[in-house]
Amino acid sequence: MNQFQYVRATKQQAAIEAVAKDANAKFIAGGTNLVDLMKRGIMTPQKIVDINRLPLAKIEHQANGLLIGALALNSAVADHQLVRERQPLLALALNAGASAQLRNMATVGGNMLQRTRCSYFYDLAMPCNKREPGTGCGALEGVNRMHAIFGASDKCIAVHPSDMSVALVALDATVLVSGPQGDRRIAFADLHRLPGDTPEKDTNLAPGELITAVEVPDGPFTKHVHYQKVRERASYAFALVSAAAALDLDGTTIKAARLAMGGVAHKPWRLTAAEQFLVGKPATEETFRQAATVAMQGAKAFKYNAYKLRLAPNTLVQALKTATAA
Amino acid sequence: MNPEPDTPQNHDEARRTFLKQSSVLTAMALVPSPVVSAAAAELDETVAAAFEKVPLKLEINGKKYNLKVEPRTTLLDLLREQLHLTGTKKGCDYGQCGACTVHVDGQRVNSCLSFAVMHDGRKVTTIEGLADGDKLHPMQEAFVKHDGFQCGYCTPGQIMSAVACVREGHADSETEIREYMSGNICRCGAYSNIVAAIQDVKQGGQKV
Repeated sequence: MNQFQYVRATKQQAAIEAVAKDANAKFIAGGTNLVDLMKRGIMTPQKIVDINRLPLAKIEHQANGLLIGALALNSAVADHQLVRERQPLLALALNAGASAQLRNMATVGGNMLQRTRCSYFYDLAMPCNKREPGTGCGALEGVNRMHAIFGASDKCIAVHPSDMSVALVALDATVLVSGPQGDRRIAFADLHRLPGDTPEKDTNLAPGELITAVEVPDGPFTKHVHYQKVRERASYAFALVSAAAALDLDGTTIKAARLAMGGVAHKPWRLTAAEQFLVGKPATEETFRQAATVAMQGAKAFKYNAYKLRLAPNTLVQALKTATAA
Repeated sequence: MNPEPDTPQNHDEARRTFLKQSSVLTAMALVPSPVVSAAAAELDETVAAAFEKVPLKLEINGKKYNLKVEPRTTLLDLLREQLHLTGTKKGCDYGQCGACTVHVDGQRVNSCLSFAVMHDGRKVTTIEGLADGDKLHPMQEAFVKHDGFQCGYCTPGQIMSAVACVREGHADSETEIREYMSGNICRCGAYSNIVAAIQDVKQGGQKV
């Protein structure tokens, strides 16, 4: 691993300034993704700013909903009574990700900023526009069975690996950010971006901007929720496809729905058209099938991931059925 | 209070001093300039240049250590290479196998995926710290009783994870145990015996 300068931050503003003025500096929180990437030489920061001593791990309920500090551990959030009662979908998604050990290290902020697990991004011998802009995309004509079916470009077809983010985008969360220019709020759906011509940028964060918390608004989605994750073994693997479903039911009639998919795009993929389709309709498999058809509009497969064109709608239907029965 | 042990890192001190001196000129050229500005602005309590070792206090298995580590040293490498606590195993070194599982402040973590300096002031428990003298920990006894291993390489990580699994309250059923032990891979496939060992400890009600 490359050597680097280590800075342990005790003040938030100091941490932000240290990273903002140095393009080769990175924040570190849990480290579960960054250390992995540094060991492989995929990321080679010259300065590491350790933010673990900043007081950003609180989980509390405020007027607008849950406020979850960026340094709250994935395990702490998933096990927290406020989260389980008010946002059970978030707890389900968190527990579907990684392993118990990793969830004890990984933070909420770090989880949403984790990099893609595209095997071409990880293979230094292969071209990758995300790792090294302008070198090409190895996955485009390669073994692309894990890759995107929505929103890809000819520069990058990688997918975002986070389960937690799929729940957060469905639940209309807001990311609280602090940066050299001050604080701002970003709708969760606008945090991550599609690859376009600049796949090296995973998010819309400016240099030095630090995620301080995520706000999850209170809503009616406290009972009929499910996170369905399909992977190649029963646990501890990234999703081939995942689906988050939250329903507000009046008897068997759907009053409101929140839907998103993971493993299908460069960002957690919100399904607003399918949500709108479901409003006022009965919560039946037939309706869910129709909603899944709506959700899949615009999907495009590559050579080895055409299976996702069937797996994704089936996963969504299963998530909706399980949510209804919950 | 335990006395401070004579840390094994001192054994190589002369060689390292020589290496440090001979490489210092090269290293100076590589020092990122912000080290000066960050320190000058009094931004942080700890700022270490890339070639410097950082002071680190840890309590490991009840013993207090005053250490100096390179920032890029992982907790796993510190335990194995500097402190010679080789019970904790390096399997994949990328957080995929769980062989390196230890407890930090009572929580199970992959020691391969964090830098040791990030744990300054914390308490670490490794497999060496589990037994009470010659008396094995109940989970160790259960792994022996149920044959919860073949080659044994994953076993320290399995046992550290299993202890945490019971303490966390995630050992109520076979399904739950399998889910919450999924971060520990066993290439020999001793899973059913590992599950039996954990269930035995859980049902036995012993303090873990």
